[in-house]
Amino acid sequence: MWKIVKTTVGESEARMIEELLAAYSIPVIVQQTDLFVHPIFGSSAQCEVLVPEDRYEEAYNILQGEGSTVKYTPLYEDHVKLGAKIVEFAGYYMPLQYDGIVAEVERVRKEVGMFDVSHMGEFVCEGPDAVRFANYVVTNDFGSIDFGDIIYTAMCNENGGFVDDLLVYKIAPERIMFVVNASNIDKDFNHILKLSNGFDVKLTNVSDDTGLIAIQGPKTQEMLQPYTDLNLDEIGYYSFKEGSIFGVSGIISRTGYTGEDGFELYIPANQTTVAWRKLVEIGIKPTGLGARDVLRLEAGLLLYGNDMDDTITPLEASIPWAVKFEKGDFYGKEALLKQKEAGLKRKLRGITLETKLVPRHEMEVFKDGQKIGYVTSGTFSPTLGRPIAFVMIDANVKIGDTVQVLIRDKYVDAKIVKTPFYRGSVRSKK
Amino acid sequence: MKKYAKSHEWFDTESGYVGISGHAQEQLGDIVYVDLPTVGKEVKKGEMLASLESVKAAGDVYAPISCKVIAVNDKVSATPELVNQDAEGEGWLVKVEPTNPSEIDELLSEEEYKKMVEEA
Repeated sequence: MWKIVKTTVGESEARMIEELLAAYSIPVIVQQTDLFVHPIFGSSAQCEVLVPEDRYEEAYNILQGEGSTVKYTPLYEDHVKLGAKIVEFAGYYMPLQYDGIVAEVERVRKEVGMFDVSHMGEFVCEGPDAVRFANYVVTNDFGSIDFGDIIYTAMCNENGGFVDDLLVYKIAPERIMFVVNASNIDKDFNHILKLSNGFDVKLTNVSDDTGLIAIQGPKTQEMLQPYTDLNLDEIGYYSFKEGSIFGVSGIISRTGYTGEDGFELYIPANQTTVAWRKLVEIGIKPTGLGARDVLRLEAGLLLYGNDMDDTITPLEASIPWAVKFEKGDFYGKEALLKQKEAGLKRKLRGITLETKLVPRHEMEVFKDGQKIGYVTSGTFSPTLGRPIAFVMIDANVKIGDTVQVLIRDKYVDAKIVKTPFYRGSVRSKK
Repeated sequence: MKKYAKSHEWFDTESGYVGISGHAQEQLGDIVYVDLPTVGKEVKKGEMLASLESVKAAGDVYAPISCKVIAVNDKVSATPELVNQDAEGEGWLVKVEPTNPSEIDELLSEEEYKKMVEEA
């Protein structure tokens, strides 16, 4: 008599649906089905939303109308055809995995793999003040880098908390590009737009028109070189050139999120499938978000929403090198300076464990019986053969110390270690 | 005959083996650790029987029926990937003795379980 109208990951979405349907006077039952939790956000339970059978069609149609806000990247159909398991991530249907996370991680570490990251956001900023404006928005020193170079940075709110972490491309004196996380596109654009008051710049959100493919792994350059008009050797780490690959024009940058050498291709959305299919043809295997998350964590790279958010500063997130107080004024500077002078209370650290119990997002961390923080991201590392995690803990805890993670009902010893957990073929800045 | 719980475990009425379904295995992805109970442990239906860790998720395995554990599969402790390779065969987790056999009737048949998974 009751029928499942929707299955959600996490209770909050189920509650939102319940509220929505209540507005149409449709009764709803929300039940947790099992604890086979979301592969990326480990801690949420799966929920079923049930409605009476005679109201099912009505409820279904309401949800179809509302649910269509989930977006597709230009490569969605290709992912399905290639056998990907699809999940909703940051408002997009994305491939979680193709052959299995372990196999995909290993392939990127030893050879090469590619990712559809078209869900990422790109904003172009043009005008006489473009460079000066970007330098005011971000915490790192964008003014000091050369044209053709890229900077990794935070941009903060007035309290010093992360609005996002991002890349900024210095294309020309009057043209730069921000690359932001998919889940933050609207928030970031509004934030940047608000700050642009008084600067002579024009901001355009080109996210929907831009496809992005990341090719990563030690063999990336030799695989791609025959198919581009650029000499890839001339593109240094965190630099880019405009050129063409497989006849598709765009920006090619030596960047990535895996700890391996590799390139990212920013190309027009409507030509993304052309490039992707050529890449498949030359033997580069697609890799899903599951492997991407493992690779970035092994490489000690942060994930917005897990390791940091609006309430955490770049100093606490252990990237003080991305905050340049001496560069002049920037948004959030005052709060960050105050925090630096007062000293940090908490800090992001890396841990490894000797067992195979895996610390997951939001699990509690203890030392000497006292709670000192929580796990922000955790996974089993196939490359190292042991669990690794980021934890946000008391700043007094030092590298080499032993702490305990409460994994379900067990207090499991973990050691504070330096990050990255693993260093691959990634180059360094000359 | 194999019967299924809504929480994705199976129980074989003939062998007494309990494991997770092929569907559950697929959802979990690459399994790296299997935490099995000790032989002799008694649990009620719906209580935690074992737990699994995959690269990206943790999964608790619930007792599909009230039962006593009479054997555990040491092979899956040594090679957890066996659960991915053959969840409903060689990848069984524990062997149990039902303590309230009437609960068996409440489990789903293979057909009913398949239907539930497809509809979700």
